[in-house]
Amino acid sequence: MSTVLDIVASAGLWAAVLRIATPLIFGTLGALLCERAGVLNLGIEGIMTFGAMIGWLAVYHGADLWTGLLVAALAGAVFGLLHAALTVTLGLSQHVSGLGVTLFASSLSYYLFRLIVPLAGSPPTIVPFQPIAIPGLTDLAFVGPALLTQTPPTYLALLLALVLGYVVFRTPLGLAIRMTGENPHAAEAQGVNPMAVRYGAVMVGSALMAVGGAFLTLSAFNSFFPTMVQGRGWISIALVVFASWRPGRALFGALLFAFFDAFQLRLQTAIDGVPYQVFLMTPYILSIVALCVMARRARVPQALMQPYRRGER
Amino acid sequence: MTETVLEIDRVSKSFGDNKANDAISMTLARGEIVALLGENGAGKTTLMSILFGHYVPDEGHIHVFGAELPPGRPRAAIHAGIGMVHQHFSLASNLTVLENVMTGTETLWSWRSETGRARAKLTSLAERFGLAVDPDARLGDLSVGEQQRVEILKALYNDARILILDEPTAVLTNLEAETLFVTLKEMARQGLSLIFISHKLDEVMAAADRVVVLRGGKVVAERRAADTSKAELAELMVGHRVARPVREAHERGASVLEAAAVSVRIDGVDRLKDVSFRLHAGEVLGIIGVSGNGQAALARMVSGTLARSSGDILLYGEAIGDLSVAGAIAAGIGRVPEDRTRDGAIGEMAVWENVVLERIDEPRFSRRGFVDRKASIAFTEAIISGFDVRGGGPLTRTRLLSGGNMQKLILGRNLADRPRILIAAQPARGLDEGAVAAVHARILDARKAGTAVLLISEDLDEVIGLADRIQAIVGGRLSAPVSTDEVDARALGLMMAGAWKKEAA
Amino acid sequence: MRFERREHRPLALVILTPLLAVAAAMALSGLLIAAAGAPVLEAYWRILVGAFGSRLSATETLTRATPLMLTGLAAAVAFRARVWNIGGEGQFYLGAIAVAAVGSRLLADAPGFLSIPLLLVTGAVAGMILLIVPLWLRLKFSVDEVVTSLLLNFVAVLVVSMLIDGPLKDPLAFGWPQSQAVPDAAMLPKLVARSRLHWGVGIALGLAFVVHFVQSRTVFGLKSRAAGLSPEGAIFAGVPLARTLLLVACLSGGLAGLAGAVEVMGVKGYVTTDLSPGFGYSGIVVAMLAGLHPLGVVLAALFTATMFVGADGMSRALKIPTYIADVTVALSLITMLVAVFFAQYRIRR
Repeated sequence: MSTVLDIVASAGLWAAVLRIATPLIFGTLGALLCERAGVLNLGIEGIMTFGAMIGWLAVYHGADLWTGLLVAALAGAVFGLLHAALTVTLGLSQHVSGLGVTLFASSLSYYLFRLIVPLAGSPPTIVPFQPIAIPGLTDLAFVGPALLTQTPPTYLALLLALVLGYVVFRTPLGLAIRMTGENPHAAEAQGVNPMAVRYGAVMVGSALMAVGGAFLTLSAFNSFFPTMVQGRGWISIALVVFASWRPGRALFGALLFAFFDAFQLRLQTAIDGVPYQVFLMTPYILSIVALCVMARRARVPQALMQPYRRGER
Repeated sequence: MTETVLEIDRVSKSFGDNKANDAISMTLARGEIVALLGENGAGKTTLMSILFGHYVPDEGHIHVFGAELPPGRPRAAIHAGIGMVHQHFSLASNLTVLENVMTGTETLWSWRSETGRARAKLTSLAERFGLAVDPDARLGDLSVGEQQRVEILKALYNDARILILDEPTAVLTNLEAETLFVTLKEMARQGLSLIFISHKLDEVMAAADRVVVLRGGKVVAERRAADTSKAELAELMVGHRVARPVREAHERGASVLEAAAVSVRIDGVDRLKDVSFRLHAGEVLGIIGVSGNGQAALARMVSGTLARSSGDILLYGEAIGDLSVAGAIAAGIGRVPEDRTRDGAIGEMAVWENVVLERIDEPRFSRRGFVDRKASIAFTEAIISGFDVRGGGPLTRTRLLSGGNMQKLILGRNLADRPRILIAAQPARGLDEGAVAAVHARILDARKAGTAVLLISEDLDEVIGLADRIQAIVGGRLSAPVSTDEVDARALGLMMAGAWKKEAA
Repeated sequence: MRFERREHRPLALVILTPLLAVAAAMALSGLLIAAAGAPVLEAYWRILVGAFGSRLSATETLTRATPLMLTGLAAAVAFRARVWNIGGEGQFYLGAIAVAAVGSRLLADAPGFLSIPLLLVTGAVAGMILLIVPLWLRLKFSVDEVVTSLLLNFVAVLVVSMLIDGPLKDPLAFGWPQSQAVPDAAMLPKLVARSRLHWGVGIALGLAFVVHFVQSRTVFGLKSRAAGLSPEGAIFAGVPLARTLLLVACLSGGLAGLAGAVEVMGVKGYVTTDLSPGFGYSGIVVAMLAGLHPLGVVLAALFTATMFVGADGMSRALKIPTYIADVTVALSLITMLVAVFFAQYRIRR
């Protein structure tokens, strides 16, 4: 018991929570935006992988870190465009199209990475984002080292959750997005172009996913390696359901999730006799449990996964 | 003379050979309520869709407030001040009332929704017309009547001065409908102009200043409400049709299917209440009623896909609890569902597969889990030739068949085995006259052969033409049966309006 | 621009669709090869030679195609009934580890004629169990089985990792995490001497025909297709929806689990966490390329295996990363989707 208390009381745990949560926050917000407009984007896992790769590659070739994030975002938007073309314009199955995008984006990441960075003994590295201190605040006892020693993308993620929450619930654009996800026919009847809204939401959402991926190579680690996304995309998809499609709750869900993850990592070293794989499984099982608990209660966007064709009901 | 706000001038629209609108002309004055009366398929909805820019007319012009309305552009119609309240609401149930109303009313790229101003406008509109509704309620939590108010408010919020309501009472309870009419009259008094589409005589008489009657795509009459009667309107609306098969006098047999005070409750809502009927061999029992009065629940219950909550079902004189699909088929009940493309046939499957699917476990179509393809296809071929199904063979994908041929196929699948009971829900809906006649002839043939037919229909003509006895369904309740030979269209109209309920009370 | 459904789909179009899709995917990958400064046509020629140029390479391609046929069949069976089984990878691993566990323990001394069929069934059952979970969650809680079956892939691999690091660890593997091996008697006999090609390919081919037969000739095939195409229509016709979907899940999960079993019993003999280079995921592509047709799955699996095996040799010669095979396969899924769309619809205006 004291072990558990020690872990929870350590500043390191809370710093890790924010760090682990960051890619999930980006991924969940990105997926949430797509789904609010009525498009399930299972391309997320591949898009995060590609974002991780291309962001790292840009920095490796001399771009600064922020440019790296921007490059990742743009690349993500391009994959979003592909997914939107398949699911919005052609109205194809969002499930299958998303899987296709994931397989394509991840294999393309590995291909380009290997092409440009030939196999070497130890993978090449870059200098990642450094934690920034907030003058006056970081020096506070516990709270400072626990929460205010993050790299800039983490602060960006927290800010983004607030901004997206505001946009979705407080602006005409957010209302148009929500109406498109609930009833595109009604949106159209009131002068909103559901096709355009869906394209926009999927592209911006995919850009956010890619930034989440890039955080892995530009902040959490300093190099790229295949399979580094490790299902974070799929977990994000589950978190969107857990969050009932609300950005604020998505932030909370990602943090809660990261807390369990950080906690189990520390528990692993503290407890002997339990195989480490059991701990590693917890995030995935937690995601499934979260889905089951929330699936019935959540208010799913009513037009999610339904292609919109003008004039057809 | 009051100002004319809307003028429809010789508008025509054809779909293939079907002339849905044939040189229709009508006008609407400021502060007036006009009812557009007609049966299903008379062309009402087509006309309103043209008016709202969903369809482009083949011929004719529309003038709104003196200016010509460009055809085929919903936005133009909205800008001209036309607001439409669809029968199937265009609303999002997860959003609030205010959000539903506000969507698309502001420029998208503003940093803030002016919710305060919108709420004020909505509240004042609601007060002005007596459409009380909580702006912050989630739409899905509202009753159907309240949702309709939101739909009306949405049109008013967009500054509509001409309001079109498509079958506005189809989904309302009587009380809600009465409230709606008070609102409509108040809106007219304040200078709005309204058209409402209906096939219910009662409400037309109750709410309209003027009635335009459509039949077969043409305006057949125009009356001031004060100068006409329900009886006259019923005759005008029904008119005389292409000759359909005639029912011959015929002895009926024993009671085969009986419902005794059966109720069905779904999610706390009574779909059927104390429903009783007795269906005899060799007769057609017609259930007539306005859409949404419990027909779907009744059809599903006797087809085996809906469980009852209380009451008894007697099959061949024995109480059987609930019917299951398998049980119904095994008991010799043929079932023609209301929605043939959703329930009746699976479009992507071959014709033969749709024919045998519900009986595939019978030994003549499968043995030890293996489909007897040859027997199935032979059976299908017999149905295709016996029931004159055109447009494909057993291997054709079913969705390629026309509606009429698909219906003949479904009928054939059910009648080929000479069922003892046939449940036919809206069997001729959406079919052209030729197909209607064919379907009716089959039903009468079955009756002659001793089959008991439960005919559930919204089509007065159809029920009068086929049924020996008629019961009306209103609000999930069934009237007592009347003999078809002893009533006329007017009396039936009154039955559909629920006049018997008042007598009973 | 509007799309309108074609009334008739000529047979030529149905056959041409996957061919055009593959051609388009190869053309697009060609751009990537060209971008790397390599000769495109030569690259594809080398892939072909690498996959079929010698007796050894041809057997290697068939060996590689074997699990792909099975995971492809698993996906095709499920997708046809609209059960979105994306968990083929996890089911593959669970089937594999079940075979290793039972084979190395319970059936260590059993004769081949007994242990081989028993182990194949063991693998299939393990795969089934893993798919029944997401299907049950869908029926019970209406949770999308796509996400749950995906997440279970990770869980399954971790279970395997845990077992081969613990109770099933092979003490002779020098600390390397690797399961104990199934006994030689339980290994599938070789089909071609001095190659890796084993009887598993016969099992996969046979099952493709069996699945085709089940789908086209049995009551279950008819009902499961009805359930997939239109739940409402199926219910009206009295098809028991939940039971039918559960059976579909058993068939699909069983096939994927069998893929893992066959791979262990035919090739490796033991399980590691890199036993599958994504067989489960590639199976989805195979199924889509095949238009969900069981016999088409055989051809699509051959194409996919050709790309993977051929890319190895091509990669060494032209200094193109082998991942080009994954890219081409993934691209062909997307081009196939588009091609099928245009086979079904035509553009109006």
